[in-house]
Amino acid sequence: MLTDPAPTTSARRADRSPRAGLRRTGPAVRLAALGVLVLVLTAVYLVTDVPGSLSYALEKRSLTVLAMLVVATAVGVSTVVFHTITQNRVLTPSIMGFDAFYVLVSTVVVFTAGSAAFLTADPFVLWAVQVAVMVAFSVVLFTWLFGGKRRSIHLMLLVGIVLGTFFRSISEWMQRMLDPLDFQVLSDAFFASLTRPDETLLLLTAVLVALGVAAVVPLLRTLDVLTLGEPAAVGLGVDHRRVVLTLFTVVSVMVAASTALVGPVLFFGLIVANLAYSWAGSFRHVWTVPTAVALGVVCLLGGQLVLERALGFGGALSTVIDFAGGLFFLYLVLRKGAR
Amino acid sequence: MTALHPQPTSTSTPARPRRTGAGVLVGVLLAVLAVASLFIGVSDVSPVSLLSGDSDGTAAFLLVASRIPRTVALVLAGASLGIAGLIMQMLVRNKFVEPSTTGVTEFATLGMLGTTVVVPGMAVVGKTAVAAVFGLVGTWVFLRVVRAVPVRQLVLVPLVGIMLGGVVGAVTTFFAYRLDLLQSLMQWSQGSFAGVMQGRYEFVWIAGAMVVVAWVAADRFSVIGLGEEFATNLGLDFRRVVAVGMVVVAVITAAVLVTAGLIPFLGLVVPNVVSLLIGDNVRRAIPWVAVLGAVLVVACDIVARTVRFPYEIPLSVVVGVVGAVLFLWLLLRRRSRAH
Amino acid sequence: MIALEGVTKRYAGQTVVDDVSISFGGEGVTALIGPNGAGKSTLFGLVGRLVRPDAGRVTVDGLDVATTSSQELARRLAVLRQDNHVAARLTVHDLVEFGRFPHSRGRLTVADREHIERAIAYLELDAYRGRFLDELSGGQRQRAFIAMVLAQDTEYVLLDEPLNNLDLRHMTEIMRLVREMADQLGKRVVTVLHDVNFAATYADRIVAMREGRVVADAPAREVMRPEVLAAVYDTTVDVREIDGRPVALYYG
Repeated sequence: MLTDPAPTTSARRADRSPRAGLRRTGPAVRLAALGVLVLVLTAVYLVTDVPGSLSYALEKRSLTVLAMLVVATAVGVSTVVFHTITQNRVLTPSIMGFDAFYVLVSTVVVFTAGSAAFLTADPFVLWAVQVAVMVAFSVVLFTWLFGGKRRSIHLMLLVGIVLGTFFRSISEWMQRMLDPLDFQVLSDAFFASLTRPDETLLLLTAVLVALGVAAVVPLLRTLDVLTLGEPAAVGLGVDHRRVVLTLFTVVSVMVAASTALVGPVLFFGLIVANLAYSWAGSFRHVWTVPTAVALGVVCLLGGQLVLERALGFGGALSTVIDFAGGLFFLYLVLRKGAR
Repeated sequence: MTALHPQPTSTSTPARPRRTGAGVLVGVLLAVLAVASLFIGVSDVSPVSLLSGDSDGTAAFLLVASRIPRTVALVLAGASLGIAGLIMQMLVRNKFVEPSTTGVTEFATLGMLGTTVVVPGMAVVGKTAVAAVFGLVGTWVFLRVVRAVPVRQLVLVPLVGIMLGGVVGAVTTFFAYRLDLLQSLMQWSQGSFAGVMQGRYEFVWIAGAMVVVAWVAADRFSVIGLGEEFATNLGLDFRRVVAVGMVVVAVITAAVLVTAGLIPFLGLVVPNVVSLLIGDNVRRAIPWVAVLGAVLVVACDIVARTVRFPYEIPLSVVVGVVGAVLFLWLLLRRRSRAH
Repeated sequence: MIALEGVTKRYAGQTVVDDVSISFGGEGVTALIGPNGAGKSTLFGLVGRLVRPDAGRVTVDGLDVATTSSQELARRLAVLRQDNHVAARLTVHDLVEFGRFPHSRGRLTVADREHIERAIAYLELDAYRGRFLDELSGGQRQRAFIAMVLAQDTEYVLLDEPLNNLDLRHMTEIMRLVREMADQLGKRVVTVLHDVNFAATYADRIVAMREGRVVADAPAREVMRPEVLAAVYDTTVDVREIDGRPVALYYG
């Protein structure tokens, strides 16, 4: 009844069809390889090039590794999820101005509450307020941007970049209105560095990111369905509105948490997620999400090792990521036309 | 893009007198703002203090040495940045570009960093020249890269430009970081006219001269905006006009950068607003773009000076907020019309 | 049955579906025809819970679409929309697997796999199962999506213009398939069609819409009359009998 015009090509292409078993082991093996790489890098980072006492170095450095793990998890999970919800592979929460927005929210909180309140208030309460405000606003903002009819990815990108500039400018405006000394205190509190993370903040962030992961894991298979787009997903029984709102919230929380910990990393998510798609060789989120996280750790740890130990450029990691990420982004946009 | 559609007769007839009225209004607005700009500041410089001829003539001295140069610089920078954006838009045939969304500004900044490192004591003329040459390279690189954009997509072009700028910016930041020049870089990336005074601002006049060049070549730029084939058909040397346009853009960018630093979005929003008002004929648009650009910059500078009196906040922050809002409005307005 | 009771939908003040009460989804194939903007796709959206009605109620087998869980509905009703652009690189097999999502939430059981194999075999997609969707021709891709809908194993199958962008051969192929799904598998198929003659040839019942209202609802042969079609499409349509079947001529 149904005939194929070119049976030879179909037979050839059919060879590519992996059997169900193969398809399952492929990404798993690749992920395991990454896991081994992460362990090796961690070991190398922890025990080599120790200037003084080993136990002291271990204590300090394991904090750094933990911070990297937390950031890689937050960025990897949030970017892959964001890509799926928005049905593209070029937008990332950071590029859409999420982290600039976090800085703005933090600034507004401090600006309105006053720096005196900031210094006396329970830091945990303050931090919780910031994250909560950030999450509420960004869910509203991004469901508005992405909730309606589908718009051109390029337009959304440009809107996101301009929004980012807008948020940054307002933040800076408000920061300028603060007493310079207070501002110094505040900015120290907001942005710890990757290599010298604040312990309390790190723990709080780790807990929050863990909660986010716990929320995403049961939805991993639903995320697979979301790759088909909203109409098909609804047709397959996905409560699209609720699921997307949940996921947007998780993304906001994770971005807020990681921004609070190490500051904005614009292109990191983009690199990690796109590398994960090709490395995992599967569209299934069961594989792409952990692969993205593992790749994130490899990039951060490997990059830090190379820059710090081999080249002696300790603090330049984010600049290098920006540079490589920008080129990679241009490559993606120009080559694929940003599907 | 909507290039050079002749005004439909039905609307142009009643619109013309209104436009003349608007022209007068904008002119008066600029005059009022410029006068206000002369008398705003920490030191008491007011018509009263000038006329009363107070003891040592500080007021008159301040007026000549600081306030007049500042106001002149503001007017020239605003006018020329608007023109730079307008010409850039004609060269690229895209409404959403200007030096700071095409990497030109970032290249010029890299040039400035280069001179600071290689020839620390170089005169401002030299610095401006080097920055201009780098800006020219930046324009050329951008025009080359944009040619690779698969389809001339309206929003993809500025997107590519911004990313290009990001990559170049990362290189600049990296070197600044290595050479301990982040402080200077910060200063350039924030446009402010606070440091403008007699003997330190005269290079803006070069930018002003470029406005005149643009005006003279206005019709050619109009034709260029219709494309190479069209221009060649009309017997125009396409390449030469493009070259002139590139030089104008690069020189304006460099001159303003050296005098005040980066001022984002201005070249983008002003020509777009003008295009909404009177259409895309470059000859007709140039005076409007120049005057409106000046109005916007002078107004924003007044805000920057007064909002945290007696301190100043950088002009670029104010322009960033205002410009981003206008830019977003332009983007989303276009969308609502396109669908 | 799928029932609409006084359903109205407006977009920006414009009434797209206007107080429609109808029930369909009986045995066989029902074709929904009408000019552009008649509200056919919106009607599908209302049934497929992609569009919320401004007034009225939509039920599937007595279950209110607004209150019943999406998953429950997805086991009774499969909808294939017009534009099935998928950004991710999926193979045909991956796609068909998704049809089982309403039943197993992604954890496939033995029964699920059987359904998938049956659907793939039924659409003769075995040779392509490892191919990526973007490597297929339009007709093959449409078959893959229909296989997914089939794997969903629902009583009702709603197809929104399944012939879009297909050439003549593939159009006939898909319509023949639709007919077979109804006859052999007992599916109750409702499909939006642009071509009246395809509707007349393959459907048992034709529902015609115009300006948001149902203007005709009858066995196919009864709708295929010049005066009815002229009223639906607002243009003269000639209907001739060729080999015992009514054929609409609207090219003149």
